[in-house]
Order: sequence, then C-alpha cells, then structure tokens
Amino acid sequence: MLGRTLREVSVALKRGQVTPTELCQKCLALIQKTKFLNAYITVSEEAALKQAEASEKRYKKGQSLGDLDGIPVAVKDNFSTTGIETTCASNMLKGYVPPYNATVVQKLLDQGALLMGKTNLDEFAMGSGSTDGVFGPVKNPWSYSKQYREKRKQKPRDENDSDWLITGGSSGGSAAAVSAFTCFAALGSDTGGSTRNPAAHCGLIGFKPSYGLVSRHGLIPLVNSMDVPGILTRCVDDTAIVLGVLAGHDPKDSTTVQGPVNSFLLPSLTDVSKLCIGIPKEYLVPELSPEVRSLWSKAADLFDSEGAKVKEVSLPHTCYSIVCYHVLCTSEVASNMARFDGLEYGHRCDIDISTEAMYATTRREGFNDVVRGRILSGNFFLLKENYEDYFIKAQKVRRLIANDFVNVFNSGVDVLLTPTTLREAVPYLEFIQEDNRTRSAQDDIFTQAVNMAGLPAVNIPVALSRQGLPIGLQFIGPAFCDQQLLTVAKWFEQQVQFPVIQLEELMDDCSSVLANEKLASVSLKQQ
Amino acid sequence: MAVPTLRCGFSGSRWTFALVDRGCRHRTVATFNWIRGQSSVAQQPLHTAQKPRKGAQEWAAVVGLEIHAQISSNSKLFSGAEVRFAAPPNSLVSFFDASLPGTLPVLNRRCVEAAVMTGLALNCHINQKSLFDRKHYFYADLPAGYQITQQRLPIAVNGNLAYSICVGKQQREITKTVRVKQIQLEQDSGKSLHDDLRSQTLVDLNRAEGQLRVDANVSVHHPGEPLGVRTEVKNLNSIRFLAKAIDYEIQRQISELENGGEILNETRSFDYKLGCTVPMRDKEGKQDYRFMPEPNLPPLLLYDSTSLPAGADPQQVIDIDRIRETLPELPSETRARLVQQYGMLPEHSFTLLNEVGLLEFFQNVIKETRAEPKKVVSWVLNTFLGYLKQQNLAVSESPVPPSALAELLDLLHTRAISSAAAKQVFEELWKSPGKPPAQIVSEKQLGLLQDREALEELCRATLDGHPQVVRDVKGGNPRAINKLIGLVRKATQGRAEPALIKQILEKQLSSPAP
Repeated sequence: MLGRTLREVSVALKRGQVTPTELCQKCLALIQKTKFLNAYITVSEEAALKQAEASEKRYKKGQSLGDLDGIPVAVKDNFSTTGIETTCASNMLKGYVPPYNATVVQKLLDQGALLMGKTNLDEFAMGSGSTDGVFGPVKNPWSYSKQYREKRKQKPRDENDSDWLITGGSSGGSAAAVSAFTCFAALGSDTGGSTRNPAAHCGLIGFKPSYGLVSRHGLIPLVNSMDVPGILTRCVDDTAIVLGVLAGHDPKDSTTVQGPVNSFLLPSLTDVSKLCIGIPKEYLVPELSPEVRSLWSKAADLFDSEGAKVKEVSLPHTCYSIVCYHVLCTSEVASNMARFDGLEYGHRCDIDISTEAMYATTRREGFNDVVRGRILSGNFFLLKENYEDYFIKAQKVRRLIANDFVNVFNSGVDVLLTPTTLREAVPYLEFIQEDNRTRSAQDDIFTQAVNMAGLPAVNIPVALSRQGLPIGLQFIGPAFCDQQLLTVAKWFEQQVQFPVIQLEELMDDCSSVLANEKLASVSLKQQ
Repeated sequence: MAVPTLRCGFSGSRWTFALVDRGCRHRTVATFNWIRGQSSVAQQPLHTAQKPRKGAQEWAAVVGLEIHAQISSNSKLFSGAEVRFAAPPNSLVSFFDASLPGTLPVLNRRCVEAAVMTGLALNCHINQKSLFDRKHYFYADLPAGYQITQQRLPIAVNGNLAYSICVGKQQREITKTVRVKQIQLEQDSGKSLHDDLRSQTLVDLNRAEGQLRVDANVSVHHPGEPLGVRTEVKNLNSIRFLAKAIDYEIQRQISELENGGEILNETRSFDYKLGCTVPMRDKEGKQDYRFMPEPNLPPLLLYDSTSLPAGADPQQVIDIDRIRETLPELPSETRARLVQQYGMLPEHSFTLLNEVGLLEFFQNVIKETRAEPKKVVSWVLNTFLGYLKQQNLAVSESPVPPSALAELLDLLHTRAISSAAAKQVFEELWKSPGKPPAQIVSEKQLGLLQDREALEELCRATLDGHPQVVRDVKGGNPRAINKLIGLVRKATQGRAEPALIKQILEKQLSSPAP
C-alpha cells in the first residue's frame, strides 16, 4: 500500500480498502524503521494519529474532504507549524514552537492530510546536500536500494555504513521521506533548486511553482524574492493534486497573485507534435557528467521522434547567473537573519553584560559557519559604499537573466528541457571534501536561474545511472504556465517509466507493505 | 518576480509616516548678536532684526526637519493588530509585529489613503509608483532588525506649505514657504523603557505612543559660501523643545566655529533639563543602514482618472483623484474664505485656525446670532479666547457654549444691553454655566435703561452736581461733555447707551436751567 502513489492510495481510502489510521500507523512504523536516514527532525506521531482518527470518521460518514483526506504528508522544518517545533535545523530555533501554521500547511490540514512530521534540511535551507544542519546529514534511501547495492556488490546495509550517498538539498529530508515511502507527498522549499536538486538525487518529482502562485506566509525565508514552497511526490499527477490545494492568492502574502486559480488536473497528452521544446545551449557545461548529458540528449530525441519541434536556444546571460544569485541571496539572507537576536524567541546565550554582547554571542552560538558566512557577505554587499557595485549590478543582471527566458518563450518555445544536476548523488564522504559554497555554486548551476526569473520548473526522474542511481531532467515553463509544464512533464514521465526504488531487503518485514511494487522497464537505456 | 498588485484593507495599522522637510528654513544671524527667537520655530522671523556689527561677518543657518507623525488608523501599517492609545504594553502585538519568522507585511489601505491625502494637502507630487525599503540596525525595540520605510521612491515628493508670520511692532504679516522634500510611509519601531536601577530594558511592541517626533538637521555658514557641516538633533517631541534645540544648536555651531573649532557630522540629542544638545553615543549615532528593497511588498501602485484601468475593482485600487475630492478645505483656503466672507483681518483668521476648535466655535456662534460678524470676531478672539488663555483651557473645555455667546450677542445687537453690561453677563456665564444670558440680565438688572425720563433725571442731577464741567462745556470745550457722559454711565452702572446720554445731555445743556 505504501508503495502506491498518492492518487492510488486516495482511491483505496475512498473504497475502504485501507483506513487512514492503518495508513498512518504503517507510515509511522516505516519512519521508525528508516530512522537512520535522518529524514525527520520531528515526528508528530500523536497529532498524526489524531488527524487520522478524524479523517476516518469523515470517511465513515461519507464526508471525505477530497483527494488528500487521510493522506500522510511531511513538511520541511522551515515551515511554521502550530504547536510543532520548527527549527530550520539550527541551534538558533531549537525549541521554537510557532503559534501559527504556514498557509500551505494550513491548506494541507484543511484538506484532511495527516502531518507525519517535520523533515531535515541544511541549516536555514542554505546548502545543496542536506548535510549542513544541526541534526546531522540526511542519507539517501537509494544508498540502500537493491538497484545500487547490486551494482556495487554490497549488502543492503553494511556493518560500517560509511559509503552512503547524500540526498541533495536543501529539502533532502522531504525527498528521503517520500523516497522511502514514509509519506505520499512532502513540502520542500525552493530558492535556488532546493526542491528539484534532492528530487533528482532521490528519483522523485520535485516541483517549483511560479513565484506568486503559492503563498510563502509561514515559510521561514531564505531569499524572499526567490523562495517558493516546493512539492515532492512520486508521480506528476500527485504533484498536480497537491498544487491544486496549495495554489492561490493569500491575503497574508502580498506577492501572491490575485484572481481565481484554475484546476491543475492534467490531461494525458497523446500528441506532442504541436510542442516546441527548447534546449538551452549554455547548459551544456564541461562539468556535466557524460551520463546526464547522454540522457538529456536522448530525452530531446524522444520528443523529436514523437513529432515535437526541438530546437537549440540561447540564454546568453546564464554564465553570470551563479555570481548574481550569490550577491542577491546573501544580501537578503543578511537582512532576513537580522531578526534572530535572542530577544523574542529561539536561542539566547548566557552573556548579559550588554545588549550588543548578547546579540553577538547568541548569533555566534546560534548560526553555523555557512549561515554566518552568508550574513557577512550579504552585509558587505549592502554597505553604502558597495551597494551600487554589487547589489544594484546583480539586480540588473537578474533582470537580464529573466529577460533571456522571456525572449526564448516569446520565440515560440513551450518548455525548456535541461539537466537538473551535473551528476547523480555522490557519497557523503566525497561531498564534504568541498565547502558548502563551492558545492552550492556547482549544484545550483541549472536550477537557480529559474528562481531569479520566477518561473515554474520540475525535476522528472529519467533513468538510473550505471551505478544504479537516479538521474533527473528539468522542464522549465513560462511564468504561470504551471499546468502546461506539468502536462508535458506527465507525458514525459509516462514515456520514460522510471523504476521504483527497491528497498525490500532493507525493510525485510516491511516487504508486505511494499508488496505491489514492480520494477518497471527502463526505456532510456544507457549505452 | 514580485507581482505589482496593491494589497490593502486586510489589516490596518498603527504606523508612522515621516514627513521629511530638508533645507527649508534659512535664518541669518549676526555674529555675536544672535538673540534667542520666539518660542516657536515656525513663527520665527527669517532675519533677525539686529544688524551685524561693523566688521563682523554674517552667519546663515540652514535647518531641515524630519517629522514623524502617527497616522490615525484603526490598525498598524503592516499588520492587523489594533492601534489604541495607552493600551497595556505588548497587548496589541500580532505575530508580524513580534517579527515571528515567516510572517509577512501586508499594507494597510487606510494608511496609504492618509498618506496620499497628506501629500495632496502639502501640494506634493504623488508618485503613482512607490517602493518600500528595509533600513537595518540592531536595537532591542526593532525586533526584525530592520524597519520598513520608503527611502528610494516615496509615495509623495516636492511639496510646499505656505505659512504667514507677523513681524515687527505693527505685526506686519509676511508669507513664507517651506519646501517638503518627501512623504514616506514608515513602520514604527517599538518603545524601549530603560530601567537604569536594575540595568534592564523593557520593550513595548504596541508602538502606539508618541504621536509626533522630529529630527532637526542644522548647519551654519557664511552667506555666499558653501553650506556648513550639519548635525542631526534627534527625537524632539514638542514644538517648544524643537525650537529650543534648533536655537541652541545654531548658537553652539557659531561659537564653535568662531573659536576655531569644527563641526562634526554627528547625531545629537537634546537635554530637556539643561536646554542644550549633546552628542549621542556612537552606537546610536551615525551608522550604515544597509538599505535594500523590501522583497515582500510589491511596488505600491496608485491611479488617477487617466490611468485607472477599466473595470478595476475600487476595493483593489487607490484613485488619487477620488481622494482629492474628499480632501477637506485646507487652512489657507479657510482663511481666505473667512477674510472674504466676514471681512475679518488676516491675522484674525490665523488665530481662529491655530487654536483647536476655535473656528468651529466661531462658526457656530455666527450661525445662531444676528450680530455683525465683526462683532462676533471681536468677542470670540478677545473676550472668549482671553478667558480660555487666562485659565489655560482648550476650546472644548469652555464652560460657555457657542449658543450662549450667540444669545448674549443677540441681546447686545438688539440693544437690550450695553457693551459694558455684556461683559458682565459673559463673566457670569463663565462662572455659572448653563444659565441663559437673558436670565442673568434680569437677575442682575443689567438691561439697558429704557426709561427716558429716569435717564433725563439722572443727567440733570449730574449736571447739577458738576457745575465746573458744565462751565467748561459752555466755555467752548465741547470735549468736556465726555466727562459728563462717563459720570452718567457710571451712575447707571453701564446700563445706558452713551449715544443716548450724550443726546440728552446736549439737549439739557442747550436749554436754560429751570
């Protein structure tokens, strides 16, 4: 049952094949079993069971609230949740229990979803590995998959367990939670690729909506002008269901768009001959792994062979994107982090000789090196003497980058097809050889420009690498054409038939839980 | 990307807006001869009357004011939390006001409308697009670590306000203009309450206290030379202290420069007890605010009748022209109307408007009385205002309502009482509120002496009692009759009309004694 998609289990709930409480208990058992993945910071077992009970009553009365009623979901620990600790994986917010729900969390709960817990991340979502949080790194469930272990001739879980892979990040906890079947959908956040990147490494759909489509109220910000709540699911239709619940104007977020939101139910495309797929030539970088490159080109060929128009396009300012992102991101970080001073909430140090000393020590104790480094850079860029040279210039470049996309879409391109990451997930020990900044710069290369332009984008898992690890590709659409983008993504998903992760050996006694899994054929075989 | 829609009306705000007014006042003072001006900055003359001593160089002072005025609204600028004066500390604090992580600002429509109205009243150019910025500094009563304001592109710019002052012994009226650089919407910070004894600071995030706060930028220079280095005197919360601080600061800068010192570009505070300005500690002084755009608020778009999109929802847009229509009569227009309509002197129109509630009082009296407007002006400005001032009362605290004064003036108008008697009635009205003037007149027998025979008898008796004065009149000094009139009036306790007395006296003087 747990291996099913959200839509499938929703049907099973409606037919009474499973009850919300059974489903909730199974997920809780699996969360317990996969605790070593470190996907969850807080498991809200009691609340989830209560929600399940309420949901069960509704089903018995035939008053289901909809597709999400009784469905276990997880939420990244940077969304405010009433009565549930919200830490951002930082010492600064350890013990902080918000008095309100983020709008997206409230919307999920209003639809009857069961909140299983809060998932792990890089501290304040600053990172691309989910390795830099105060609760430790998240382990990629694929590290323990049959597909990966067989290639490496390893047992499902070694005694020393030292060569596990990172999930990517910063929403790695949410990705691991969905990937390991502990829930059917999870919320991530996406500022520079934080939802799409771990989705690519964990073989999931990772969707970043258009900026302004989904409320940020209650999302503890990284970069307000780029942050969006992201959705992680196991298939595109599930993403569309969740998006349908989350999208829409929120009076509490002035940057959400007014007006009615259309349904996000996705038609099944049978004909792609009227589609025009753009392949940005600047995304073909030397660092791109040959495997990803090859799959990217096969995907283009697939569209071509099905009658779509596939053309090379140019996004000429791409090469300035990462530097520009760095300036804007750190500047907003410096500003957003200013509120964490130990006075109103969160961590406060013991020093009380002066307010300034208290601030300084609180912030040194509360933030890790990555956060402090970004605050320092950001404040440097915002200094009066530097503002014109850095912030203003970066804003101008941001506009040029956004215009690049506008120009391409105006030239008749419907969606862009790009890699999501340079390569598949790497082992943790390899990942930490480089510092967070270098890693982020490399890992966000294909994803952050989309955030600067406010566009919708989605990672679709395509195939397993020779090592048996997921590789994903990214589709990017014009602003507020989220449904059209997901429709194309759904067609592509159906063509590639990405394999389901095989965790039976790891979760021996859970095998019955995953009974109806079957390994689908991989249509895009490696050469 | 931020989508430019106006978010209004969902929550209100207690908030502050700043009226920034820089480089607007110039004062010239003579070396060594500067004399403290009057109590109010706004009423001080542009040039001091003193001429510079021979050989001494003239100084000019430049003053710019940054005025923080609280807008009267039901809720705060960016949150739905209520605004209420003297509410218990931290009782009106929303999650946003406490800067809980993840909360976002939502602009209060009422505040935007008030800002536009203020801009129109001050002859500003209203920017149809304005932006919000973050101004960063660490302070205990600033929980977000930044303040949301409008630094780069404020809601209104380039305005002016004309005002008049009376100078010299003749109280000659001159009109002056103060330039308004910009009007910006700005979030108020919290309030710190320092407990020095226990070295603790308590913070109140209600942010609904002081309604007016002014920072004054002051510099001095020799006319014709570049402007001097300026200092900023912060947190002045009354007009009187503002004037004192500016006067002091100008003096201080002049003597500093004349003694070979230099002026530092620094932030100072005004010591109310000592009456002088002192430098602020560094951390409260000059700092880099690291301004950046507020990413959570889209550009604020306003419309006028030409730019209003067809079919726009009136709840979602703000129409400048519609606000202009609701603008009340501005003080300058009111004054012009008063002068034109009632023939009053311009300085009287100023007094009527400068005293809160006085204009309304005056208009209510006018409405209910048949007395001449000039008479009403005189009574309201001299008698009524005199009593108020003497007892330090506001118009609203007056024991005499407009209707009572109107009735009193009617009695005067119909010659039921004399002017002198009217003064007595007024005094009685003040002492025993609620008593109708007519009743006072009859109780105190203040009615005008209507009995001609009785009056003639009184006149005759007066003439008989003062033969010397009578001789004077008859001897060719017609003005001596005034003395006789005065004597008769005194005898009637002011209840007879002087003109009538004069008429009777003249008649009696010209006829032979019986």
